[in-house]
Amino acid sequence: MSEDLTRLTVTEASARLARREISAVELLQAHLERIRQVEPQIHAFITLTEEVALAQAQEADRRIARGDVAPLTGIPIALKDVLCTVDAPTTAGSRILEGFRSPYDATVVRKLREQGAVFVGKANTDEFAMGSSTENSAYGPTRNPWDLERVPGGSSGGSAAAVAAGEAMVSLGSDTGGSIRQPAGFCGVVGLKPTYGRVSRYGLVAFASSLDQIGPFGRTVEDVAIVLQAISGHDPCDSTSVDVPVPDYQTSLTGDIRGIRIGIAAEYQVPGMDPEVERVVDEAVAELQRLGAEIVPVSLPHTKYALATYYIIAPSEASANLARYDGVKYGLSLQGETLLESYLQTRGRGFGPEVKRRIMLGTYALSAGYYDAYYVKAQKVRTLIKRDFDEAFEKVDVILAPTSPTVAFRLGERTADPIQMYLSDVFTIPANMAGLPGIAVPCGFAHGLPVSMQFMGRPFDEGTLLRVAHAYEQATPWHRAVPPLIEAVTRRAPSGGTE
Amino acid sequence: MEFETVIGLEVHAQLLTRSKMFCGCSAEYAGAEPNTHVCPVCLGLPGSLPVINRQAVVSTVMTGLALNCRIPPYSKFDRKNYMYPDLMKGYQISQYDLPLCVEGYLEFQHDGQRKRVGIRRVHLEEDTARLVHRTWNGTGYSLVDVNRSGVPLIEIVTEPDLRSPEEARAFLMALRQVLRYLGVSTANMEEGAFRCDANISQRSLDGSVVGPKVEIKNMNSFRSVERALAYEVERQRSALRRGEPLVQETRGWLEDQEITVSQRTKEYAEDYRYFPEPDLPPIFLTETDLVEIRARMPELPLTRFERFVRDYALGAAEAGLLTEERAVADYFEACVQGDREIARQAANWITGELFALMRERVVDIDGVGVRPGQLRQLIELVRRGTINALTAKEVLVAVSETGQDPDAIVAERGLAQVSDEAQLRAVVQRVIEQNPKAVADYRRGKGAAIGFLLGQVMKDLRGRANPAVARKLLEETLGAPVE
Ligand SMILES: [Zn+2]
Repeated sequence: MSEDLTRLTVTEASARLARREISAVELLQAHLERIRQVEPQIHAFITLTEEVALAQAQEADRRIARGDVAPLTGIPIALKDVLCTVDAPTTAGSRILEGFRSPYDATVVRKLREQGAVFVGKANTDEFAMGSSTENSAYGPTRNPWDLERVPGGSSGGSAAAVAAGEAMVSLGSDTGGSIRQPAGFCGVVGLKPTYGRVSRYGLVAFASSLDQIGPFGRTVEDVAIVLQAISGHDPCDSTSVDVPVPDYQTSLTGDIRGIRIGIAAEYQVPGMDPEVERVVDEAVAELQRLGAEIVPVSLPHTKYALATYYIIAPSEASANLARYDGVKYGLSLQGETLLESYLQTRGRGFGPEVKRRIMLGTYALSAGYYDAYYVKAQKVRTLIKRDFDEAFEKVDVILAPTSPTVAFRLGERTADPIQMYLSDVFTIPANMAGLPGIAVPCGFAHGLPVSMQFMGRPFDEGTLLRVAHAYEQATPWHRAVPPLIEAVTRRAPSGGTE
Repeated sequence: MEFETVIGLEVHAQLLTRSKMFCGCSAEYAGAEPNTHVCPVCLGLPGSLPVINRQAVVSTVMTGLALNCRIPPYSKFDRKNYMYPDLMKGYQISQYDLPLCVEGYLEFQHDGQRKRVGIRRVHLEEDTARLVHRTWNGTGYSLVDVNRSGVPLIEIVTEPDLRSPEEARAFLMALRQVLRYLGVSTANMEEGAFRCDANISQRSLDGSVVGPKVEIKNMNSFRSVERALAYEVERQRSALRRGEPLVQETRGWLEDQEITVSQRTKEYAEDYRYFPEPDLPPIFLTETDLVEIRARMPELPLTRFERFVRDYALGAAEAGLLTEERAVADYFEACVQGDREIARQAANWITGELFALMRERVVDIDGVGVRPGQLRQLIELVRRGTINALTAKEVLVAVSETGQDPDAIVAERGLAQVSDEAQLRAVVQRVIEQNPKAVADYRRGKGAAIGFLLGQVMKDLRGRANPAVARKLLEETLGAPVE
């Protein structure tokens, strides 16, 4: 029985590629095999790019033969389909961009390409990254590898599910209000939202410009650190990317968190919180204490306004960002009798209901007579939320909270009630509002499904987040857990397949 | 009832920067194939992000300083939201409540008076793409040329300080002159690099009647600004006199019919839903930045005009002609080199012969082929009596055609003036013998005949005769006329 290469971490795979014990093509084939096995059920991808991947893997093997090895050379990666790529369509999960092919690569894509990474496909997402379940994708929902009846979370549900199912070793997602951390939590993998400005947004299809941030998914904290290293840094093409040095993240993975002060905010106990999830997170806190961390109560009094504030600011920015999809230049184009008719038809058919809802929310909030009451007020509250964190971080090094109040919910369970859907991001949104980094780490199971906690840190202090998450991960077994579906297919068909 | 006209202007000027406002594309798109100066940013493609063109900010601030504006230390960009096929992102990056320059004024000469017009603000934004409307088989369609999309544009808004269409035109010309002096814009109206909308209303002198503000668009030349506003003054006044209602609205000038027509009324005023551009950092300008920008500013037209009148003893008309364009004023000063003695001559030559050559050849002063030093040399040759004024004109043309210095041309072609009395006397004698009728006329007291005879002497010497010496010899030889 041959070994399951999809179980390797990036660090392990990279070492074995460098020693030429395995080839990048073999590594890719193992992942393509897994895709053949589970993709029909999971639907983690909008577009699979097998041919592109094969050519990249062959090139990676040539690079490795020359001894020119970067940390991600030959590593199969999934890209959320809001990242522009020249060699595959970029749909943003929307009909309105059906068939659109970007003439340029996003900066993060270029950086991965330069390292010799292998792109297996464009991962599914809620339309324009608006959603918490990936059910808003115009290309059909993604299912949670842990339970096919449940959502993988969203909006980066495809990126999270692909990594959980072994369809890719690592992936990139984007996080505007929790869209990396929440699906990472639902799918039992690690997901990191970097500090706003740490990673270039150039080539990320914009949802809410002041909140969006690209970040990695992986099955281990170290894998996430390696990808973060690859994509971080100032980009002259993104004026909001910050020109501060990028530390070596792997050196922060010391395994030692003695003396680290972890803040816990009373405000993160909300109604609707699943007691089972709460219990699991409490156990994780106890474990962190055993590892030598100090638990410190902190107060974030304005955090309760974060969700409401988010639903003013994000739709406002989105209403402008999505105005360019008018059927004149690219994507879906329906012709009416008049210009207005053409706009109405193209946008009426091209956008799904959640996107329309948010465009209307944002347009309303920015309208004359409402702007001060909504947008300006929201920006003020945002400043207060930021200030809360600044004060808390004078006392603690990281702040811990559950990633979501519940485990993954069932498909269709919340689609009828947008507010219920929005509430699944209640713990993740504050970090976006304050521009802070956050990492979601598996911390156990409830109802047989993964539970996740997140650490939030000081701006540009991803290093400490990774250090704490890594120490916890190394002391616990959760990252080794494999979804039963994946266990089943590996037992059934170790290699080859049936076609 | 006596009315007073109240006019305020909104001027857009494209900035002369190498690259566009938010991307690296060349901003010099004139004459380029459509859609060749484009990139993901100015095409507004998904995922693209703007980056501020520093030079455009400097040019805007420089304009603000030239217009005596206050430059706040903090400024930002905003999104102006509206959908139209010429707007690639569905919003225009502009400036709303915190423009780069505020509270200034421009002074200019009009009707021999010095007039001051308040400048409310100067802000920086991006231009839109250009739509070309066509018809095929009876069906209209439009093409989009994205070359212009993202070209830096400044908007200059005046206070309602203008009182007549003529004054509005004079202001626009003065403003254009300032922009050209600064070198920040070609300010060419016909090419669309300088566009103007106007707000115009009437009020009775006793203050009892105040008409609504009407916005006039579509004026594509200085002439059309003046004519459109003149039309509007009449339209509004006659309506007010007849007691007909006037509405606050936007009207377009129809050049061919010379009328304005209503485009939209206030009820349909757009809500642009401005909000701060989240993709761009705010702009901070320090006192040091302003000092640096100020140091790079040239002397402004009005100051220069006044200095020319004062220092070179020029008339207002002449000084006006010389300072209209910075290149001409620079040329004049390079020629004169601070020498008041030749300023008068230089002014005459430039506004006379050189301007004529420039018109004839459709070139500017730098393209006319005569360097300032060469003009100076020419003036010196006349002053020393080496050549006469007639020959000097010929030499000037020769300089412009060959690039040779006047000295060389005079020497090479033997153009030096003949002042030698013996040589001239022989010619004078011959002319008198050959023109008995003119001689008789002269002797009978027709003084004008001397001019004819002098002309004949000149002709004989191919224009090189020293006219003073030749006249003296003619008079001596002919003797006094009989009374
Ligand atoms: Zn461009």
